[in-house]
Amino acid sequence: MSRLGTITRRGLLVASAAVAGGVAFGFYRYVQDPANPLVPGAGETVFNPWVILRADGVTVITPRAEMGQGIQTTLAALVAEEMDLDWSQVRAEHGPASATYANLAVAAAGLPFIDYRDSRMKRLAEGAMDVMGHLMGTEATGGSTSTVDAWMRMRQAGAAARAVLVQAAARRLKQNPMALATEKGAVVAPDGTRIPYGALAAEAVQIAPPADPVLKDPKAWRLLGKPLPRLDMVAKVTGTATFGIDVRLPGMLFASVRANPAPGGAMRGFDAAAARTMPGVKAVVDLGDAVAVVATNTWAAFKALETVQVTWGPAPYPATTDAIMAAIASAFDRAPNSTLRDDGDVERALAGATPLSAEYRVPYLAHATMEPMNAAAHLADGVLTVWAPNQAPTVIRDKCAAAVGLPADKVTVHTTFLGGGFGRRAEFDYAVQAAKLAKALAGTPVLLTWRREEDMTHDFYRPAAIARMQGLATADGPVALTAAVAAPSVLANQARRILGFAPPGPDKILVEGLFDQPYGIPNQRVTGHVSDVAVPVGSWRSVGNSHNAFFLECFLDELAHAAGLDPVAMRLTLMRGESPRAAAVVQAVAEMSGWSSPPPAGRARGMAFCWSFGTPTAEVIEISQGPQGIRLERMWIAQDVGLALDPRNIEAQMVSGAIYGLSAAMMGEITFADGAVQQQNFYDYDALRMSQMPVFDTRILASGGHPTGVGEPGTPPAAPALANAIFALTGQRIRTLPLNKAVTFAA
Amino acid sequence: MQLIVNGTPHQITADPDTPLLWVLRDVIGLTGTKYGCGVGQCGACTVHVNGQTMRSCSLPIGDLDGAEVTTIEGIGSPATLSVIQQAWIDNQVAQCGYCQSGQIMSAVSLLQATSRPTDADIDAAMSGNLCRCGTYPRIRAAIHDAARRLQGA
Ligand code: FES
Ligand code: FES
Repeated sequence: MSRLGTITRRGLLVASAAVAGGVAFGFYRYVQDPANPLVPGAGETVFNPWVILRADGVTVITPRAEMGQGIQTTLAALVAEEMDLDWSQVRAEHGPASATYANLAVAAAGLPFIDYRDSRMKRLAEGAMDVMGHLMGTEATGGSTSTVDAWMRMRQAGAAARAVLVQAAARRLKQNPMALATEKGAVVAPDGTRIPYGALAAEAVQIAPPADPVLKDPKAWRLLGKPLPRLDMVAKVTGTATFGIDVRLPGMLFASVRANPAPGGAMRGFDAAAARTMPGVKAVVDLGDAVAVVATNTWAAFKALETVQVTWGPAPYPATTDAIMAAIASAFDRAPNSTLRDDGDVERALAGATPLSAEYRVPYLAHATMEPMNAAAHLADGVLTVWAPNQAPTVIRDKCAAAVGLPADKVTVHTTFLGGGFGRRAEFDYAVQAAKLAKALAGTPVLLTWRREEDMTHDFYRPAAIARMQGLATADGPVALTAAVAAPSVLANQARRILGFAPPGPDKILVEGLFDQPYGIPNQRVTGHVSDVAVPVGSWRSVGNSHNAFFLECFLDELAHAAGLDPVAMRLTLMRGESPRAAAVVQAVAEMSGWSSPPPAGRARGMAFCWSFGTPTAEVIEISQGPQGIRLERMWIAQDVGLALDPRNIEAQMVSGAIYGLSAAMMGEITFADGAVQQQNFYDYDALRMSQMPVFDTRILASGGHPTGVGEPGTPPAAPALANAIFALTGQRIRTLPLNKAVTFAA
Repeated sequence: MQLIVNGTPHQITADPDTPLLWVLRDVIGLTGTKYGCGVGQCGACTVHVNGQTMRSCSLPIGDLDGAEVTTIEGIGSPATLSVIQQAWIDNQVAQCGYCQSGQIMSAVSLLQATSRPTDADIDAAMSGNLCRCGTYPRIRAAIHDAARRLQGA
């Protein structure tokens, strides 16, 4: 049993009085003191619900951002399964911002452990959370951790609720609770008497729930493990799902902002005389580092904003892409921040040999979520209410509170649906801007919407990165590998923004996807070099894995070709003895793609692997050379998710992750000139379109245990699989992304 | 000026260069039509104007007096789903869902013009609609599915 489970079971389960017109059940865990989470003190009955029972069904609080990954559906199913609910009775809501919903698993994701040797759950069990301890109270969605984190907690919340409902029915019927069953939201007696949960709620809430509710045997599952209709699907195909940009309140005004085109640069002053006289304009607001126009509609705000004359300060980083890349490269000249893998004796292994050497480079990338950044806010009677499509509501709450000078308990955050997140909405900048506008227009609700151009030029980008690789392979496979990566630190940047300081010690995220891969190369060393280039950077779907898988998996392909080895067979040899789970997905993808037989004439295949977020993933892509350029023909993905809670949703994430990775690999690039971000909109920062889709084929492996991450692991292998396929097709080894600088793709 | 949106007439007094998108969203309050790029590049704002597929972000309201506009809300509601929306549900297409109003509006036009579209027809009709979540394979499947149902096949 994992520590995660232990904590929950030993936590005090309490049931509260009515919550929002219903009865709520849930756990209270003492997360304020993460070092001692086990025993809540007397009187500690602060209540944070997972389960709200209503006359017409059950609302499950699913406190992870629904940004497309289907998390509300899967988390609600954890509760619904244990409560024996009919799926049609289940609703999901994001719920309030609260430390009770802290994501324990995401805090552990930054720890410098090799996942395949020492799984994340085990790390939690060992209590190795000191480095990220400050993030313990953070309610966040990221690191593909939501299901991992909720796996025990939310099933137990459901089981505990069921237990008291059965008890209440037993009292009423004067029967032994053991004789009662539950099905479809009702307690059923042996004589067929059915009492719906709703009719038992008032009595059930008086009963002390069991401290250690019994969970169902997975063999008895009716909902988990099967494809469930997503709870948000009907709303999303009828235009009735409320995203942040759709929040409407009586008397609402509409705003937009402009910040320095060199993100992070200062605003020295502005002249908004023209804007103030334009139709519909209600106010021009100085936000300190940005100027905002508030108007009667969003378009009026956009238009007026264009007329504001602003004096901007210089970029806080080198002014051109070339200068930025040179600054990043200079990090190689300094001592490494980390040496998280140092197996064997690399110097000895390479002495006297002629190793293969290569340098790889990847650019900055934008998230380009489909819904541009936005948030609504309303300050009235000393209370600030914020509506934000966001991945970290407790951070939003605290930062907005600080921005308007209110205590956190005077701030309410509503998390709407997110029109994409990919890590961008783990930030809080847009919400703080909305909060400042609400303060400037106290009493009036304001919806702030960024123009796409503002969104593209004010991201927290996936950092550019450079890798210097050296390796030596014999006919038996690689015997030595050194990999040095230089990039700005996402971890340090995010920690500084959220906590005010960067944690000391090795930055695991900088080298994840490289140091932690299940390759038994006898001599290998991986070092990370942190660059201090100050372009704002943040988490981008799969984070460090997004570049490191490209570096490692392309270089392994180079080593295989240099030694005359088959890339798949070579990987399998390296994985043997390291990880059967990893070898199984490689084997699976080789089978699915018919790797052992040659591709059809005119086509070529490339393969790559990455172990990320607890989930080994292997991908093969098959491409062809057409008259208009290279076409993606087919793609095969095999992934071991431990335990597959919703196979159809997992399949969607595998494909989604791969497409996200392919888009970036083929055409994604943020560049700088005169300090400003050059890309503005989808015409110069595009993504794959319908006509460019390969045919996908997926296979989910479930080697058992607990569920592992699914939102991100599809992304990292996509770029190297494609680059390796291009080498197989053309003989051209491309070591710099995006690929469309070196080859042409069909539209 | 007057606009007829999903069959309902609206008297509009907005600046004539205001794009239809913002009149729908911020003036009339129909938020199903989305803003993605504002420059005709992403299709999130797709609506039908006098039966034609249009990017509402790039249509100044001044040119539209008397126009009949259909938005996603006019295609079907949760209580009255259209065949296409039902196909979207059965194929579990949406992820974040933000692009899907526009995707469905483009698909409706495609199926009105071409009762049994080929993959190439789908590529041609749908490539103006960006989806950052990568739901394209399921969109394709849902369009084929809807075409079969509309033909009663
Ligand atoms: S918002 Fe109209 S095409 Fe993008
Ligand atoms: S479903 Fe998210 S952008 Fe299409």
